[in-house]
Amino acid sequence: MRAETIDMNAQTQAAEELAETKIRAQNVNVFYDKMQALHDVSVDIPAKMVTAFIGPSGCGKSTFLRCINRMNDTIPICRVEGDITLDGQDIYDPNVDPVQLRARVGMVFQKPNPFPKSIFDNVAYGPRIHGLSRNREELDEIVEQALRRAALWEEVKDRLQAPGTGLSGGQQQRLCIARAIATRPEVLLMDEPCSALDPIATAQVEELIQELTNRFSVVIVTHSMQQAARVSQRTAFFHLGHLVEFGHTDDIFTQPQDSRTEAYITGRIG
Amino acid sequence: MSTQPDTLELVRASLPRRRARERRLKVIGVSAILFAFAMLATLILSLVSTGYTAFVQSHATLQVFVDPELVRESRLPRGKFDDVLTAAVAEHLPGVDMTDRASRKEVEKILSNGAQYDLRDMVVADPGLIGQTLRITVPLSDPFDQLNKGGIDRDTPEQNRRLNDSQVAMFDTLKAADVISTPINWGLLTNADSRFPELAGLRGALVGSAWALLVCFLISFPLGIGAAIYLEEFAPKNRWSGLIEVNINNLAAVPSVVFGLLALSVFIGWFGLPRSAPLVGGMTLALMTMPTIIIATRAALKAVPPSIREAALGLGASPQQVVFGHVLPLAMPGILTGTIIGLAQALGETAPLLLIGMNAFITSAPEGPMSAATALPTQIFIWADSPERGFASRTSAAILVLLGFLITMNAIAIFMRNKFERKW
Repeated sequence: MRAETIDMNAQTQAAEELAETKIRAQNVNVFYDKMQALHDVSVDIPAKMVTAFIGPSGCGKSTFLRCINRMNDTIPICRVEGDITLDGQDIYDPNVDPVQLRARVGMVFQKPNPFPKSIFDNVAYGPRIHGLSRNREELDEIVEQALRRAALWEEVKDRLQAPGTGLSGGQQQRLCIARAIATRPEVLLMDEPCSALDPIATAQVEELIQELTNRFSVVIVTHSMQQAARVSQRTAFFHLGHLVEFGHTDDIFTQPQDSRTEAYITGRIG
Repeated sequence: MSTQPDTLELVRASLPRRRARERRLKVIGVSAILFAFAMLATLILSLVSTGYTAFVQSHATLQVFVDPELVRESRLPRGKFDDVLTAAVAEHLPGVDMTDRASRKEVEKILSNGAQYDLRDMVVADPGLIGQTLRITVPLSDPFDQLNKGGIDRDTPEQNRRLNDSQVAMFDTLKAADVISTPINWGLLTNADSRFPELAGLRGALVGSAWALLVCFLISFPLGIGAAIYLEEFAPKNRWSGLIEVNINNLAAVPSVVFGLLALSVFIGWFGLPRSAPLVGGMTLALMTMPTIIIATRAALKAVPPSIREAALGLGASPQQVVFGHVLPLAMPGILTGTIIGLAQALGETAPLLLIGMNAFITSAPEGPMSAATALPTQIFIWADSPERGFASRTSAAILVLLGFLITMNAIAIFMRNKFERKW
């Protein structure tokens, strides 16, 4: 254990010690046709913590995030090399069904994208297609829990049949988070979830992310370094397709090892 | 900041020019719309002015004594029903000498030739009517119908007129005796085609068109949507799918008569399907409609925001669940619009139907998709070719019926589209 962690409080320390690797990426290279978007990325993402990916636009952080649940499969010209394992299992193994993988690794997108259905149906969609409930009562229960966990229940409990697209931007994003956690994934990927939100909604979502680490491993891509510092325990800094530095969030922001990291967090590049 | 007034000055100077351009565009747009409306109004007006007379039909109401001398029960269905009717007409024409052959012939021509068959059918259905006096209403023949509706000008010299002076006098006598009436011509919709314009109707063509369109829809809608979904959502994007796409676009531009030739040689020649059948007509029209539906469906699928696909995929929906659960419902309004455009085209299509024999003269409505029939456009084609004055107005009336059919279809489409339309 490194010296800086000694002054951490006991609770965090206990969590740190328990931290096990949830996702391990080794030498990941991603190509869009001929263009290489990621170079030799290797990173261990711990379980039940928030890991933040930061870096300037176009640095490959979203690309890497989308490799973790194989959303890049939907882009025909995209090619992924290297190994990514989830609980030790290679997710690019031909035997792994991307549908099953995405049930374990949920995703929240940059722009809120609720389905043009009712609030209830939005949240119930995942549980329905995966058959997570045996009857209507169980489904109601799952939906309520997900909405409560996403801090949206109090606002929408009286209008569950209203269209999800009629909510405000911040509510829509929390609805999308509720929808993602309703399938009980193990990992939640968030691609700049607050970029379309105002500061109040951002604060609500950030608070929510903190709570989610009780159950899920969260990986969040963000443009805001303050946000990374506020919500994450681990931070990875990407630059021009390379993973420059990865470590404890406190270390990255207080004692960056790489000059590029330092330049970015002090606002000189990016 | 010395540049600021300059910019303002420049903007102000350019404003009149920009405004003028805007006004010009507006004027052009409005005049284009007005022109289109004027053309439409001209079309409808000309159709209505020539066609309105076909929506009424002159009838004679007569007391008919079914003379046992002329109609013998033992010889049914044969009998001199025409003589029975002529006698009934003659009763209202006391001045006409019925023993004179020439004037007798003229009286015989007043009623429609089809009237005797109506009477025959009544008597065959109930032989007890023989020897009784019936009150029946039968259509007049075309020349007298035209005279009644003003289609024949009395001021025309006698030698150039369809009816001579004595026939006109007979008509006036009947009219004065209140025998002639002009009720709405329901026969236009309920009768099948006939040699006699006063009896010809669109029933056969309407039923034929309905069958053909149904077959066309049942083939082209599922196949077109299926092909579009596969090409848009599942097919790998490579040289082959590109080639297929180009060919589908080309297919939509192929002249319809070519599809008719294809259908003639393949459906009728090879498969041995019956000629003039709405089934073959529908299959031919489906060939033409499918490219339209495929292109419209692909455009509608493309227009569904990718964020919806990503959302569903990210939750672990399979590609099939994404398409059928999310993309297709959102694309449905666009797909329905394309389908209706395709079907409306198919409804008005004449050339391919001519080649497969749907322009035959058929005097009964088809009983199913396999029996011979005409379609609305081919019926219009047949009537437009006929010399009788009655067919001229019926042609315009049939075009109006076809337009009505189209408007109904479009109304249904708009209703369906609004029903499916949801915002995202």
